[in-house]
Amino acid sequence: MSDTMTEQDNTARAPGWGQRLAALIKRPEIGSVGGAILVFVLFFVLAEPFRSLASFSTVLYQSAALGIPAVAVALLMIGGEFDLSAGVAVTTSSLAASMFAMQVAGNVWVGVGFALILSLAIGALNGYLLIKTGLHSFLVTLSTFLMLQGLNLAVTKLVTGNVATGDISTLSGFDSARAVFSSYFMIFGMSVSIIVFYWLAFVVIATWILLRTRIGNWIFAVGGQGESARAVGVPLNKVKIGLFMGVGFAAWFMGMHLLFDYVTVQSGEGVGNELLYIAQAVVGGCLLTGGYGSAIGAAIGGFIFGMTTQGIIYAGWDPQWFMFFVGVMLLLATVFNAWIRRQATRG
Amino acid sequence: MTYRSFNRWLAGAALALAAGLGLAGSAAADDDMTFALISHAVPGDTFWDIERKGAETAARQLGADLIYAHHPAAGQQATLVQNVINQGVDGIALTLSHPDAMRGVIAKADAAGIPVIGLNSGLNEWQSTKVFAYIGQDPVVAGAAFGDRLNTTDAKHVLCVNHEQGNVSLARRCEGIEDTFDGKVSTLYVNGQNMTSVRSRLLAKLQQDPSIDYVATLGAPYAMTAVRAIRMSGRPVSLTTFDLNSRVISAIERGKIRWAVDQQPFLQGYLAIESLWLKATNGNVIGGGQAVLTGPSFVTAENVDQIAAFAKRGTR
Repeated sequence: MSDTMTEQDNTARAPGWGQRLAALIKRPEIGSVGGAILVFVLFFVLAEPFRSLASFSTVLYQSAALGIPAVAVALLMIGGEFDLSAGVAVTTSSLAASMFAMQVAGNVWVGVGFALILSLAIGALNGYLLIKTGLHSFLVTLSTFLMLQGLNLAVTKLVTGNVATGDISTLSGFDSARAVFSSYFMIFGMSVSIIVFYWLAFVVIATWILLRTRIGNWIFAVGGQGESARAVGVPLNKVKIGLFMGVGFAAWFMGMHLLFDYVTVQSGEGVGNELLYIAQAVVGGCLLTGGYGSAIGAAIGGFIFGMTTQGIIYAGWDPQWFMFFVGVMLLLATVFNAWIRRQATRG
Repeated sequence: MTYRSFNRWLAGAALALAAGLGLAGSAAADDDMTFALISHAVPGDTFWDIERKGAETAARQLGADLIYAHHPAAGQQATLVQNVINQGVDGIALTLSHPDAMRGVIAKADAAGIPVIGLNSGLNEWQSTKVFAYIGQDPVVAGAAFGDRLNTTDAKHVLCVNHEQGNVSLARRCEGIEDTFDGKVSTLYVNGQNMTSVRSRLLAKLQQDPSIDYVATLGAPYAMTAVRAIRMSGRPVSLTTFDLNSRVISAIERGKIRWAVDQQPFLQGYLAIESLWLKATNGNVIGGGQAVLTGPSFVTAENVDQIAAFAKRGTR
């Protein structure tokens, strides 16, 4: 909100480069840019295979796979709430689409539509429960996380008789759905997944909403000072429910990619990813308390995470220590990130 | 309400729920026997679904009831065993992937006169506990057979893809390959609950080390993801796997996977319940103090046709 205002003020006075630069380094994501450069340089020096374009496309794919839900989670966190159900909600969506298409419709697009409605409904339910119970979103979405995890397993077993969904690749509409959600392009001789472009598009849309629309102002307001925002006429309940539905939409989108790229889905997948989404948003500059953050930052956070998990393999470090290295790199990137942010805001 | 009576109430409620959903089969008459299968399965693992179907089939044929419960954490699994001891079941089949954590509850079951049989994991430890027999595959024997078979091919460098770091029997499969295979063996750990990371990390490893010419996945769902990763790497890498499902079978038919090692989970679940029944009703002990092995059995292009029909209905 304050950014749009500063810019309007500035245009009146035709700002110099110095002022623009000063405004730029005060952006929430500036620290994560430093962290990303650090991780990139580190692996570029240490890991020879990391330097190839083919490796870069794998890094981008991994970043996008974690980054798409993280964009919506970042908006939600700016609005002052958590969603712990986002990881398994992705699996819920792919399971629902697969089973509905197979058992009821016979066409995958009907399943895709069904899953979209379901995912939006889950998001709306999270928001509704939050408002009705007045509990912290941490507790509300922890409950829905556990419920969805149980439903994924139980309903899949009930409907298919197995714990993974069947093969939908022979149903009508599969090829067109695969083209939309999981096609690959050759660019500079590397095969790039379509979700990388969707990821960038979602970041642009989310940034536009945050910085250029009234809804964006509302999101910052409900996250920063909820009750006083309501007092000045911000529709707090609608904004919060809308943000949870945004996470639902992102979960649906990622779920469709998983379904059409990997064809069958195991009902136990997705657990643990919710924390990675939140971590990316925080690395990217979102505050855990709400009211501050950016969608671009979440994307850079995703990029840091993608580079780290892939880079450790490209560097050929001892596989037994993999998770430890991930933790160390993340800590390193975040500490560096916080240091840069302090320097930037001090200046 | 005391803790124990609450526990019993909870178990009763769970049973009522299961019966209501039609999972426990017919309503229990008083003279029916009840057996329990308690595993360390991660929720949603296809392998354990087949194991459970074997146990259910045996229970149905014997006119007995089956309670199935599972938890991947050692302490929780021990609590589940304690619960069915409290319920007074007629026999318990359990996995020994955390043998030390199970020792205490196995002794309690023994003291309560409930026979316990080990299955699937714990090959090296079961004899030091009070289980009366053990049914499973020796992961080292399976890995060794895998390595021997690799020696008959032109393989030089095998990548063993482990989807659950810290799982003893998965690690032993890789070790078994190392024991017998003449070439080089490397290990890659991936997160089995996150398929995009399975594919990205495998692809990264193939890009990082160009000498890898064979990949061995340790579970069927990961083999299908590996098919994709290998294709994306654009390299002539052959794929082999442990465990089966219907998609792996069709991939073997299409020549995408060279072979799969089957430990016949249905057979493990089935034999465990049958053995408990025989022990409880006739005092029989299977195995003569040795483990009863259900694998390895190789599924290749030569014999895949016979097995395809069984896999389609979810029992192989």
